Amino acid sequence: MWSILSILVENKPGILFKVTHLFRSRNFNIDSISVGITENPEYSRMTITTYGDKKQVDQIVKQLDKMIDTIEVKQLDEYKTVYRELCIFKIKLSNASDSMEVNKLANAYGGKVHDVKKDSIMVELTATPDQIKAFEELAGQFGIIDVARTGVAALERSGA
Amino acid sequence: MENMTGAKALMTAMEKEGVKEVFGLPGGANLPMYDEFARCNIRHILVRHEQSAAHMADGFGRVSRKPGVCFATSGPGATNILTGIATAQADSAPMVAVTGQVPVAMIGRDAFQESDIIGMANPVVKYAYQPRTASEIPEAVKKGFFIAESGRPGPVLIDIPKDVQTNEGKMVFLNEFKIRGYHPWTDPDIVNVEKAINMLLHSQKPVILAGGGAIISSAFAELQAVAELLMIPVVTTFKGKGAFPENHPLSLGPIGMHGHAEANKIMIEADCVLAIGTRFSDRSVGTFEEFERRLKIIHMDVDPAEIGKNQTAMVAVVGDVRASLRIMVKMLTQKAIKRTDETAWVKHVKEIKAYWKENLKIHPGEMGAAKVLRKLREILPHNSIITTEVGQHQMWASLFYDVIQPGTFFSSTGLGTMGWGFPASIGAKVAKPDVPVVDIAGDGSFNMTENSLATAVLEDIPVIVFLLNNFTLGMVAQWQRTFYDRRMIGVDQGHCPDYVKLAESYGAQGIRAQSMAELEKAIKTALSSDVATVIDIPIDPEEDVLPFVAPGTSLSKMILPS
Repeated sequence: MWSILSILVENKPGILFKVTHLFRSRNFNIDSISVGITENPEYSRMTITTYGDKKQVDQIVKQLDKMIDTIEVKQLDEYKTVYRELCIFKIKLSNASDSMEVNKLANAYGGKVHDVKKDSIMVELTATPDQIKAFEELAGQFGIIDVARTGVAALERSGA
Repeated sequence: MENMTGAKALMTAMEKEGVKEVFGLPGGANLPMYDEFARCNIRHILVRHEQSAAHMADGFGRVSRKPGVCFATSGPGATNILTGIATAQADSAPMVAVTGQVPVAMIGRDAFQESDIIGMANPVVKYAYQPRTASEIPEAVKKGFFIAESGRPGPVLIDIPKDVQTNEGKMVFLNEFKIRGYHPWTDPDIVNVEKAINMLLHSQKPVILAGGGAIISSAFAELQAVAELLMIPVVTTFKGKGAFPENHPLSLGPIGMHGHAEANKIMIEADCVLAIGTRFSDRSVGTFEEFERRLKIIHMDVDPAEIGKNQTAMVAVVGDVRASLRIMVKMLTQKAIKRTDETAWVKHVKEIKAYWKENLKIHPGEMGAAKVLRKLREILPHNSIITTEVGQHQMWASLFYDVIQPGTFFSSTGLGTMGWGFPASIGAKVAKPDVPVVDIAGDGSFNMTENSLATAVLEDIPVIVFLLNNFTLGMVAQWQRTFYDRRMIGVDQGHCPDYVKLAESYGAQGIRAQSMAELEKAIKTALSSDVATVIDIPIDPEEDVLPFVAPGTSLSKMILPS
């Protein structure tokens, strides 16, 4: 089961280490992680995606909750949550038509094109991990040189 | 608000917490705080190795239920206390460890005696904090003590750079404070307590399993009341040993790898268990899957993360277990539920208990472990405090030393730290100087921290080391005999040292006991002495601890003495 955890923490040095270390020491895996300061500068929000059955995810939520530096830990329902990841692809251009094809593909996924060169092009995509995966498969035909991803950021919808 | 140095603020804050003793060892990076001992009312107890300082603080904390305090310097001083901190964390013991650190400007430069102790200790502490300015210290200490002793207790580390100790700051000693992300208690859910009662009333073969949490929260009277009102037999985990008087008709003693035969037998027959303050460790339950297969589990614990971690509970009551049990007793009393007739189950339990009392074979020699430990029990007053080391002697103590006054038996049960018992006994004696404190030891473990004899002698802390000496790393030897076809590797201690001479060389009393008469005399001499005593009791190196449930197997598969 793929799960999104939203963790509000004290904005202090060393907390990221403690949270990620907890995953390691309790034998859980981090699929993606993103961290940023919140509207209240005393807090940061970490969004961690992870895989595990219900029992495992419940356990990691409880262990995170037990940490003294975590203010609030929530497992988000993906159907009641806006979640997005930013991803930058550097894609190979082999034929003259590739540039246009990649442009079309990027447009179809709502992506932006940057750094157009003779042999390569960059595409910036903000989407769900599933959409990013689909884009990656399609872009694969041109050849992907490099990828950088931010990890998922997520917020619950109002009234969820 | 007053101006003072960080070191002075540290000691002042600790005095405000009621600290009377600190166990420690000075070094370069904690000299400023040591200098403050000259100007405050806190006694410093010098150790010979920082690990022992942590164990002493641990023993003090478990007995007094207030955090024990240990000091160490930076670098190796700090890394030396790590084992002691991890031991306290594994057994939920309240402790505040204070380490010196290199000056702030030197951090990260691989300075002399620099170690990233916050980074190293993080996985084994309840909380770790490094004040970067002197004025943070009062709050750090206040919060540190609160975190260490509240909810599920544990060790807190405060790492103070040397310049933060010497710098002056404006100090505010607050009484009120808030830790936003810390919620140590939950009020027990009354509905779930009621469900638990119904489940117990409707089961045919209920059992109470008391863990260490029952001892930490001092839930002795409540536990006994529930057991007696509902006429439910009580087993314990090893850590919970002595949560319930072991001479009580409903008591069966510890379950687990070296549990009492009757306790394991009844545990596997039971259909419903009221588990109180236990994490269902592998050493207690054998295999997780088998344990919960037939059982309806009611789980009471102060730590919500324990619910469902190792065993799936049908009913969970989160909260201080004493508070939860108190609600249960109140409900039972209101409903006028009190069983007076012995159920078929209780009758059966008593038969099983009587059978094993009669039929468990013990070592035939005069100085067999069972006989030696029963002699100790016979002579020691009921309020005596026992600590143990880790190994065969520890499991024999579990099997053959009955705890009669609840909360008087302490052991390193989670981490299983050899060398814990002796320094912990010193800490225990400091917490309760008026009761006899005995470390039930083995030679292998005692070797690891025996230099604490210097502390016991010079600081006038007369504890008793009850040394079951088989000249062997006995538990490892037993596993080699059982699982490795008697290939004995690395277990022979070679009759070294002579423990009587060792004790005497430290100025302690050393007595060798080679017969029951000598043993009786030695125990009595030790009890009436005002100096620490080592009673060296040579025993058979081939004696096994039995019953024995091999690791990873069901409690039903006990290896019994043949």
